[in-house]
Amino acid sequence: MSTTGKVKGIISNLVIVEVDGAVSQNEICYIETAATKLMAEVIKIIGVNAYVQVFESTRGLTVGSKVEFAGHMLEVTLGPGLLSRNLDGLENDLDKMEGIFLKRGEYTFPLDENKLWDFKPLANVGDSVEAGSWLGEVDENFQAHKIMVPFVMDGSFTVKSVASAGQYKIYDTVAVIVDAQGKEISINMVQKWPVKKAIMCFNEKPRPFRLLETGVRIIDTMNPIVEGGTGFIPGPFGTGKTVLQHAISKQADANIVIMAACGERANEVVEIFVEFPELEDPHTGRKLMERTIIVANTSNMPVAAREASVYTAMTIAEYYRSMGLKVLLMADSTSRWAQALREMSNRLEELPGPDAFPMDLSAIIANFYSRAGFVNLNNGATGSITFIGTVSPAGGNLKEPVTESTKKVARCFYALEQSRADSKRYPAVNPIDSYSKYIEYSEFEEYISKRISPDWTAKVNEIKTLLQRGKEIQEQINILGDDSVPIDYHVTFWKSEVVDFIILQQDAFDKIDAVCSIERQQFMLNLIMGICRANYHFNNYTDVMDYFKRIINIGKQMNYSEFQSENFEKYIQQLNGMLAENQVQ
Amino acid sequence: MATKAFQKIYTQITQITKATCSLKAAGIGNEELATVNGKLAQVVKILGDEITLQVFEGTEGIPTNAEVIFLGKAPTLKVSEQLAGRFFNAFGDPIDGGPEIEGEEREIGGPSVNPVRRLQPSELIATGIAGIDLNNTLVSGQKIPFFADPDQPFNQVMANVALRAKADKIILGGMGLTNDDYLYFKNVFNNAGVLDRIVSFVNTTENPPVERLLIPDMVLTAAEYFAVDHNEKVLVLLTDMTLYADALSIVSNRMDQIPSKDSMPGSLYSDLAKIYEKAVQFPAGGSITIIAVTTLSGGDITNAVPDNTGYITEGQLFLRRDSDIGKVIVDPFRSLSRLKQLVIGKKTREDHPQVMNAAVRLYADAANAKTKLENGFDLTNYDERTLSFAKDYSENILAIDVNIGTEEMLNDTWKLFARYFKVEEVNIKQELVDKYWNQ
Repeated sequence: MSTTGKVKGIISNLVIVEVDGAVSQNEICYIETAATKLMAEVIKIIGVNAYVQVFESTRGLTVGSKVEFAGHMLEVTLGPGLLSRNLDGLENDLDKMEGIFLKRGEYTFPLDENKLWDFKPLANVGDSVEAGSWLGEVDENFQAHKIMVPFVMDGSFTVKSVASAGQYKIYDTVAVIVDAQGKEISINMVQKWPVKKAIMCFNEKPRPFRLLETGVRIIDTMNPIVEGGTGFIPGPFGTGKTVLQHAISKQADANIVIMAACGERANEVVEIFVEFPELEDPHTGRKLMERTIIVANTSNMPVAAREASVYTAMTIAEYYRSMGLKVLLMADSTSRWAQALREMSNRLEELPGPDAFPMDLSAIIANFYSRAGFVNLNNGATGSITFIGTVSPAGGNLKEPVTESTKKVARCFYALEQSRADSKRYPAVNPIDSYSKYIEYSEFEEYISKRISPDWTAKVNEIKTLLQRGKEIQEQINILGDDSVPIDYHVTFWKSEVVDFIILQQDAFDKIDAVCSIERQQFMLNLIMGICRANYHFNNYTDVMDYFKRIINIGKQMNYSEFQSENFEKYIQQLNGMLAENQVQ
Repeated sequence: MATKAFQKIYTQITQITKATCSLKAAGIGNEELATVNGKLAQVVKILGDEITLQVFEGTEGIPTNAEVIFLGKAPTLKVSEQLAGRFFNAFGDPIDGGPEIEGEEREIGGPSVNPVRRLQPSELIATGIAGIDLNNTLVSGQKIPFFADPDQPFNQVMANVALRAKADKIILGGMGLTNDDYLYFKNVFNNAGVLDRIVSFVNTTENPPVERLLIPDMVLTAAEYFAVDHNEKVLVLLTDMTLYADALSIVSNRMDQIPSKDSMPGSLYSDLAKIYEKAVQFPAGGSITIIAVTTLSGGDITNAVPDNTGYITEGQLFLRRDSDIGKVIVDPFRSLSRLKQLVIGKKTREDHPQVMNAAVRLYADAANAKTKLENGFDLTNYDERTLSFAKDYSENILAIDVNIGTEEMLNDTWKLFARYFKVEEVNIKQELVDKYWNQ
């Protein structure tokens, strides 16, 4: 007999329920209204009073309404068929909902119960298996979707039977396993998992090392992120957070991309709905939507479900990682999630921390980022979740609690800067303040020297020093004037501008420039290094400016041309000609 | 609101604050409306049998034995074609002396559009103002505010935009509008002969501030009626959202909530998003476009209201007086329309994106040259050319009194490029230069 209760108080979406039995923290319950049932989660218990946050509007709810407790925490359903779906923060399939407007209390199943899947067995009778072991696989959008021993299973089991290759529905039994006591358990393709708990069915989590190619030069070349790495993009509004995030999600070399649109604009999600089914994955040539799952809780959808949405997305990511896949998870924006926590903490009348955020905000963020990572699975395969979150700092001030808490845990920092955005230098990632900790990892150094070249990180560091120097000189010129600094200074400054315009800046809306392969990045960096290492002779500083502006113009035309095409080679010729003009040995 | 039979009447108020009063009652729904001695109020908190009501007009003069009547419903608006051409207060009652509206009664603050049912906005809204059409193109289904100091002519520019945009209905939500501005809008719409396309919900500074909280929901309920039921293109004007946010902070303060930044409630982002996200392109052809005004204090956009607004809206428009030409322009640096990518170079000529960016970049170079000049440094020949370009660009293209088509804006900008610069200084794709440089 499950616990029931009655509504005793209502303060916006916080409802106080008097219960008649045991309830647990974070347990799910349903509140009955005249027309429908509203889903809610227990967030505090005092005596017989359970405080629950309702995932919907509480308009019209009355005291005395019946409440039924579900006996479990907020769970998601995991199984083949999640790819290409548009889900809400509670994993309801948005496409299955009827009508133009969202109806309160409408919950839809995220999978297709009748679809037939081509199953191939992987385990053999007699195999010893545990939670997360692969029993078989089905083909989901041309990727091998592993059917696993459910993550909730404890201990080790023996495979008694596995279904033969053929077509099955998700609830058909595809294997039977036996526990130590001889009890038989039937396994189908569907399992459930509470979103707030990490799926830990892997052997170890080593330091990540393999470059995740995103095709964005300022990331791959300057501040690389790795498979299983974490990064965050803080930036005031209008600096291009979402454009950068979309670029990464379109181009990154990942098997699965999960986009958690958390408390952001609905039209941005619509952009994904429209573009992804059309665009091609540059690595496989298949449609982007085939590898993508969208978890959308836009800013006008219920606030409490906003918090759930990031956990739902992370849990789905962990599920696919357990199949040995490379998963990229993007959350836009984690600040909105933190604000949802703040609203609820406020209603619970908790003592506030900085900026009225809950005191444990830092711990919550750290805990969430730690769920990403590169793992060695128990069967020797590897999988990864690369997590990139955006942060929307209030007033563009990076000293606010969400940015500071995130900075402590995320290893890549891509600081978007208002002044760069104002002068249309996109992506507006500040090249000097941003960093990637992975570039210091010896594991990464070893990998990249094989993938690109042994002197790669040395070159990148040289370029970074040049950018730093260029910025210092620019400040001096601003104070002293063009005339009062040596011509050499102008040359160094303009070399840093060449790097800025040709390497750092990238046109996300140009078909060719948007994606830059790692080979092309290597070529361009070497080319620019050549220009920057050379010595030049000039008579006055205006000549310096004119000369390098012409170089920049050619470089830009190169970025707009197909790599190694006839045009591209033509521009290299032009460039070489120009270099010969003013260069001195 | 008239009393109906069988409504329970309570006469024992247990607690009164400046904005709320509490009493014991049973069977009351959350967010239900009530009247307290005839003043409209809404349920904001229920604890056991104790109900807390927010009284919109304020609680001045309410006695403990006031007559409280629960109406059994959330706030509603009667919708029909009769709304067109009429002026209403925050409760949806006519203030123009005309008859009551007959029509279907709809709850305001209704549910959100399912994101998968939205269409991607793709229809350009032309205004003839280059600072908008050329640099920050508006698209139907977009939401965008003017960020402006109180002394700037935002209401005039907004009225202008509204009249030039080809909308089927224009719905004005005035919050804390001065009586003068209210009459200004009334006159402008009247003189343009478009009154039959306009619906207005107005809360002036003479009305209690808390009433403003109802205005956006009233406006958007009417907008949804025309956009969904009649597939019309609706343009919503909301002025001034900062005064709306002030009302939110008054209420949250009186409800003892812990304030976050700038004494605004912690839920400010969600509260504003609920309004702005009503902007949508419906699949059947109707659309709601929202143009709002957020007044700033001394141009400070880090204040919680403009800051949260900027994260919600699809861009923002800044007005600025250009001292070189003595006219108001739409600031090309700080203004942004996020949806312009959906139409520029697609619905407009192919060179639009690059011309726009190049002009703004050169305009930025002019700003740097100006700083140099002010600091007493010598200008290079290039600096001087950028300054002349900037003045020409500002005077003949950006100024808000210039009213020309987008193609003309592009042609004029190319002419300015050619007049002041060499091809390699403009940084535009070669194929476009070949086509348009010497046209």
